[in-house]
Amino acid sequence: MDTAAVVSSKPGNPTSMVPASLRGIFPVLVALPVLLLLEWLLSDSPFATYLLSIMGVNVILAVSLNIVNGMTGQFSIGHAGFMAVGAYLSGVTSLALKDVAISFLPVAVSDQVFLLVALLVGGIAAATAGFLVGLPSLRLRGDYLAIVTLGFGEIIRVAVTNTEAFGRALGLSGIPQTSSVAMVGFWVFLVVLVARRIAGSSHGRSLWAIREDEVAAEAMGVNTTGYKVRAFVISSFFAGVAGALFAHFVPIINPGSFTFVKSMEIVVMVVLGGLGSTTGAIVAAVFLTLLPEGLRSLFTTFGTGGSLAQQVDQIRMPVYGLMLVVLMLSRPQGLLGTRELWEVIPRWIPRRRKGM
Amino acid sequence: MAQLLQHLINGIAAGTIYALVALGYTMVYGVLKLINFAHGDVMMVGVYMGYSTAFLLGRQTQSTPWGVLVIFLVAMAGCALMGFLIERFAYRPLRDKPRLTALITAIGISFALSYGFQLDIGFLPGSAPRAFPQIIKPAQWFTVGDPEFPDVVLWNWQVISLMLAVGLMVGLQYLVYRTRFGRAMRAVSFDHRVAALMGIPTDRVISLTFMIGSALAAGAGLLYAIKDTSVSPLMGLYVGLKAFVAAVIGGIGNVPGAMVGGLLLGLVEEFVVGYAASTWRDAVAFGFLILVLLVRPGGLFGRVAAEKV
Repeated sequence: MDTAAVVSSKPGNPTSMVPASLRGIFPVLVALPVLLLLEWLLSDSPFATYLLSIMGVNVILAVSLNIVNGMTGQFSIGHAGFMAVGAYLSGVTSLALKDVAISFLPVAVSDQVFLLVALLVGGIAAATAGFLVGLPSLRLRGDYLAIVTLGFGEIIRVAVTNTEAFGRALGLSGIPQTSSVAMVGFWVFLVVLVARRIAGSSHGRSLWAIREDEVAAEAMGVNTTGYKVRAFVISSFFAGVAGALFAHFVPIINPGSFTFVKSMEIVVMVVLGGLGSTTGAIVAAVFLTLLPEGLRSLFTTFGTGGSLAQQVDQIRMPVYGLMLVVLMLSRPQGLLGTRELWEVIPRWIPRRRKGM
Repeated sequence: MAQLLQHLINGIAAGTIYALVALGYTMVYGVLKLINFAHGDVMMVGVYMGYSTAFLLGRQTQSTPWGVLVIFLVAMAGCALMGFLIERFAYRPLRDKPRLTALITAIGISFALSYGFQLDIGFLPGSAPRAFPQIIKPAQWFTVGDPEFPDVVLWNWQVISLMLAVGLMVGLQYLVYRTRFGRAMRAVSFDHRVAALMGIPTDRVISLTFMIGSALAAGAGLLYAIKDTSVSPLMGLYVGLKAFVAAVIGGIGNVPGAMVGGLLLGLVEEFVVGYAASTWRDAVAFGFLILVLLVRPGGLFGRVAAEKV
């Protein structure tokens, strides 16, 4: 990760343009103090902590799905399934490790170490599931692959609902609430870094090639199957981590949190931001998380009655549906397309590194 | 033995309904190469249209043969109109765009319909399931064993839906392979640009196909509602998905394939519920789909077309 990749900025290849700011260790030096400061500032505001956490989880989900849907062009609509795998397995791990502590470390640090272990367990389990789902992409493409991912998500949900160890339909409760904003932020940072690095690498160019024309990419010598499976594995790893983080700050996880609807929410984020744009996915995820919350608190403060505030949740889904339709009709490439945020900011804002 | 027979009857009855919904998927896919995700939700809207019509007709008239006919016709006509509107305003503008955009649009329409119908505003039905009126009075056609508590029952609506499904399939097969319109459909399916050059009114053919498919969905949905006796705004999502699975298993774009796929799916589900665990039903349906696709990527009757650059 610290090997500063020599990224070509050849003309006519704008997708490989990684800003200088993301290279090397510099972002870590900036991000870490900011995260810790945030953690300290928010320590006595549970609502803000919750909001930031759920926002971070959604960002991780959207950015990771974007690697498969946006960069590789393999339309996957079962992302919530991977999230469920991560959430449940990390939850079970945490429950098993509940009473264990590393004695020579302070309690908080020890908690974070075990949380990290649980996150990795969840992530790796989801990555394994992603490998299994990626394999059918050997033979299936397009719509068929989409329906297989959907079926996979549903199978996971039914399997979880029927497993005694996962609490059946009631779900898993009593998972230690050890997740912190700093931890979520760390993974957001990591997934963005990985996504941007992939986008700018030769690996990424293979993914873009598959996205544009799979048959042509194959003819040019790209190992399409290998790249597709790898994209699935990376993407599902992060989805698993997101699920694991989610499991560690909500009081209870149940199969109802990981339905087809959740998958579609993530798809909407990716499509709205622009298929292939990492920053677009981030912006869309933040926006779509804040919008319902904002509307709800707006209705509550103006005292238009609790019923309207409750209806925000109801209205959300049809609005998402209409948004997809309108977006596809007016801007099929999403708000940003495959461009990144800094490529669309107006020219008069000074930039450190000129675009082409 | 009696139990097995009963499961077979139930499986075939469920399967014919899946097959009927799957026919609509298959037709639309045949001409447009688009998975019309909203098909199940069009079906749901059709069921609600039938529900309202049944109430307007009142308790006495709704279960007479004419009443049933009116209910079916209203629902089917309403859905045909809706199918036309959806095609005209949501899918036609995207016809020359990548297929993914149309798929996303279809998912969007599906969500807007199924969750829009759950709202509690004005005339919308709200999210609670409702009892569907008994427009066909249930009667036993055939029983085995004690007449009071029979081991095997064949209901009249099961026979009616099977006959309707077979009749519609034969009709569709005739329409596609024996009529001018069918020839136009096949031409559009093969290559809609060349078909347009040859003087085929492509847009009209696609619109009509959509309308026929949506009307079929409404009819199938009503049969489903009679069997299930309850309707809810989310029924379209799940019945639609199952029917889609059936269409893909049979090889999407293939009319007899949809029929066989529907029957197979109905039987598999019924046997899982009967002999294993009912809670695994949905998972088994999708597992079956994935299995079939892994062995035959084009479905049982489908052909995998070689792709060119």
